Amino acid sequence: MSFIPTTKKDTEDMLELIGVTSLDGLFSDIPKEIKHIGAVDLPEALSEIEADMLLSRLSDGNRRLSVFAGGGAYLHYVPPVVDQLANRSEFYTAYTPYQPEVSQGTLTAIFEFQTMMCRLSGTEVTNASMYDGATALSEAALMSVRDNKKTRFVISSAVNPRYREVLSTYGWANDLEVVTVPAAGGVTSLADIAARLNDETGAVIVQSPNYFGSIEDVEAIAGKLSGTKTNLIVVVTEPLSMALLKSPGSLGADIVCGEAQAFGNPVGFGGPCLGFLSAKNRFMRKMPGRLVGKTTDSKRNDAYVLTLQTREQHIRRDRATSNICTNQGLCALRAQVYLALLGSRLRDMAILNHRLAGLLKRTLSEIGVTPVFDAPYFNEFVVRVNNARKIRDALFDKGYLVGILLEDDYPDLTDCLLLACTELNAPPDIDALAIDLKASLTS
Amino acid sequence: MKTIFDIDTPGVSGWEPPRWDVPEEDEIPKKYLNNGIHLPDVGEVDVVRHYTELSTMNFGVDSGMYPLGSCTMKYNPKINEKTASLSGFATLHPLTPDSLSQGALEVLYELGGYLCRITGMDRFTLSPAAGAHGELAGVMVVRKYFEKKKEGRTTILIPDSAHGTNPASVNMCGFEVREVPSSETGDVDVTALSDMMDDDVAAMMLTSPNTLGLFDRNILTIAKILKDHGALFYCDGANLNAVMGKAKITDMGFDLMHINLHKTFSTPHGGGGPGAGPLGVTKELEPFLPAPLVDQKDGVFFLDDDRPDSIGRIHSFYGNFLVCVKAYTYIRMLGSDGIRKVAEHAVLNANYLMHRLKTDYDLPIDRPCMHEFVLSDHGIPNNVSTNDIAKRILDYGFHAPTVYFPLLIHGAMMIEPTETESRATLDRFVEAMQEILREAQRDPDLIKTAPHTTPIGRVDAVTAARKPILNYDAAE
Repeated sequence: MSFIPTTKKDTEDMLELIGVTSLDGLFSDIPKEIKHIGAVDLPEALSEIEADMLLSRLSDGNRRLSVFAGGGAYLHYVPPVVDQLANRSEFYTAYTPYQPEVSQGTLTAIFEFQTMMCRLSGTEVTNASMYDGATALSEAALMSVRDNKKTRFVISSAVNPRYREVLSTYGWANDLEVVTVPAAGGVTSLADIAARLNDETGAVIVQSPNYFGSIEDVEAIAGKLSGTKTNLIVVVTEPLSMALLKSPGSLGADIVCGEAQAFGNPVGFGGPCLGFLSAKNRFMRKMPGRLVGKTTDSKRNDAYVLTLQTREQHIRRDRATSNICTNQGLCALRAQVYLALLGSRLRDMAILNHRLAGLLKRTLSEIGVTPVFDAPYFNEFVVRVNNARKIRDALFDKGYLVGILLEDDYPDLTDCLLLACTELNAPPDIDALAIDLKASLTS
Repeated sequence: MKTIFDIDTPGVSGWEPPRWDVPEEDEIPKKYLNNGIHLPDVGEVDVVRHYTELSTMNFGVDSGMYPLGSCTMKYNPKINEKTASLSGFATLHPLTPDSLSQGALEVLYELGGYLCRITGMDRFTLSPAAGAHGELAGVMVVRKYFEKKKEGRTTILIPDSAHGTNPASVNMCGFEVREVPSSETGDVDVTALSDMMDDDVAAMMLTSPNTLGLFDRNILTIAKILKDHGALFYCDGANLNAVMGKAKITDMGFDLMHINLHKTFSTPHGGGGPGAGPLGVTKELEPFLPAPLVDQKDGVFFLDDDRPDSIGRIHSFYGNFLVCVKAYTYIRMLGSDGIRKVAEHAVLNANYLMHRLKTDYDLPIDRPCMHEFVLSDHGIPNNVSTNDIAKRILDYGFHAPTVYFPLLIHGAMMIEPTETESRATLDRFVEAMQEILREAQRDPDLIKTAPHTTPIGRVDAVTAARKPILNYDAAE
């Protein structure tokens, strides 16, 4: 199958005009010794029907599970409105909006996205999206360095372990020092953070709700840092929590970053994700990536445009704030349509998620599966069961992804599972899980 | 243009939660709770109309030709959208164990293998979420490679024609950038390169074909100069579309490369992303690739995290998986012949356009191009600028070319038609460009005030940058 609309006759005429005798003649600048004339070793070309069948088979090669797990990727309901609108090809087949006169759709939606993420996170500037939560955190750290020139970072061990790994990669490449604080009781203690602070500390990084699902006392941590030059970076991986909890910005965070996949984007085996990066106003010119600003057109109508581009790689080259040019524009559009559709009812959705998680917790307690931490939580929490790995595997066979085993990332949390609930875990599904889990525990 | 905030009608709602009887328990302490949120309330029909209206103010590849040089805006087959939205892929949780996600892992493993066969590289990672992300990972691999060899090399060479991401990525990994000049005919100036070469140089980054749309005729000499000094040769794969099936990247002497999967392998770019930027390396560099990698043993696929020399993890999970599904679908449909034809017809279309336009417009470097070429603003009458022409071309129903890049051509217009445009479309584009030149002669103001037929008039970008308004609340 090919997508080239040129006839043999056209091809011949075009070659004649150019003055070469064959298609291969167009490649005369490639040295003979490296020009490839044989076939590329690829599977035989498929028709559209065959490709459709093949991909359906591969898709079916993944087990459909009832998921009670989050850990930075959440299965939420995606309203059909989101799919229908984001699948309009004027949106999804467009490029980066370099020509604002024919890109107002993308630009206006991103401006709206920036606004809504500012409101939810309690900040003043949000960019037009980042690759994912982990790289958004790394870029946040680099942005903090541009702000206070300090390269030592204190990070809670209750920040998503994969995010900490990515930060460590970026940190190594940029000569940052990363110091980890334990979170023994499921939350990060203020005293533990304070013990690791010094004048060289560029930022303290916590996640709330954290990787164990517990809500951190962001306000107390911010209070500890107030009056110092140390920034507070708060990571949010379940953005729905921001609809119910006080915003990190209002509690004193300087930078709020994380993952917004939960807003209208499929979980998609972890990608594409939707990183977001929001911050106080003073970071505006230090922020990486694309920003959309409001202006007017020649007829004085409101218009939107990519702006502050002198920070960017195509102008400042090696002095740019970062190398980012591609972002997750379409994912941001999906998030925006989702937020527009739910509006202030997003808070009801957050409450529902929290209550379902509460129901799960109580239902599991009734069969003797008890929570490990007693800190307040949003929609995720940790339980301990004997032989957790075995139990988890047994439940795969019954069609459940029942939590994430924590001992691989936290050796002291043996037999602990991180469970999550969203609105897709309806009460009857929670009851069914309890029955199957109970059976596994006693078998 | 109205925003969603302008149609906020408190009391109206586009959504309601299910009415399940879920008890209130484990209430969150009040000190953590907000008092409600400030998002607009809009009924479903008005949400749909708002974003439908916005979509009509957008230009995509489905709207018309998008000759944005170096961005490779080809048509994206619709089947890709269908396969990427299959629920077995779209609803797959990334922490599902390997044994239950074999279909997804097979897609990633096989796609990595196809990319190896197309480019000659020995191993690809699909973790990078964008070309520039793959490039960043690539520079990290270079750094790790020399760290491992205990060689303190400090510099990376980059031609003056390169994408801005190259120097930016290098800077993010603690290397210094040294710029290599191009010759008058658009190749790397080999003499200058030889003079600049020393044992501080860790690598050279080169886009091949380069960002002037040319295949560097000295490529093998450049590779040898680098090799003789123990430096690595990095290929920015933004222009892979022009050579796949015609020349392997490793045969050109490159040690590592990234691919902008969304460009060459036809996954739509969504108004800025998502893309995907797989990084490929030769055997020698494989240990340094980011973890995890997808591997297989006896036909069973698994995520391999046990990589002690790896630069580490660079993405929350495994990269932009659903984008990879689209590229996988596309490659399976094209096969070997299709892949080669893509390059041949992309290059044919570009040379055809170049030949027809160079009689009217200035072509600073007149030699066969690859899949794109660069015109300059030289000789355009009445002080009409490249930007004016870009705006006027919008009136003719085409997206504008890439403008003012590459930087070393004055008033550059970089045009890339891609293989998916028909001859008739190319001819219409030529006619529009010729007509604009006549207008520049006859009625320059018409062009300087363009566009005239687009949803809005020319945008004031200067005020936007001087007095930034980055959200609705700041505007109020």
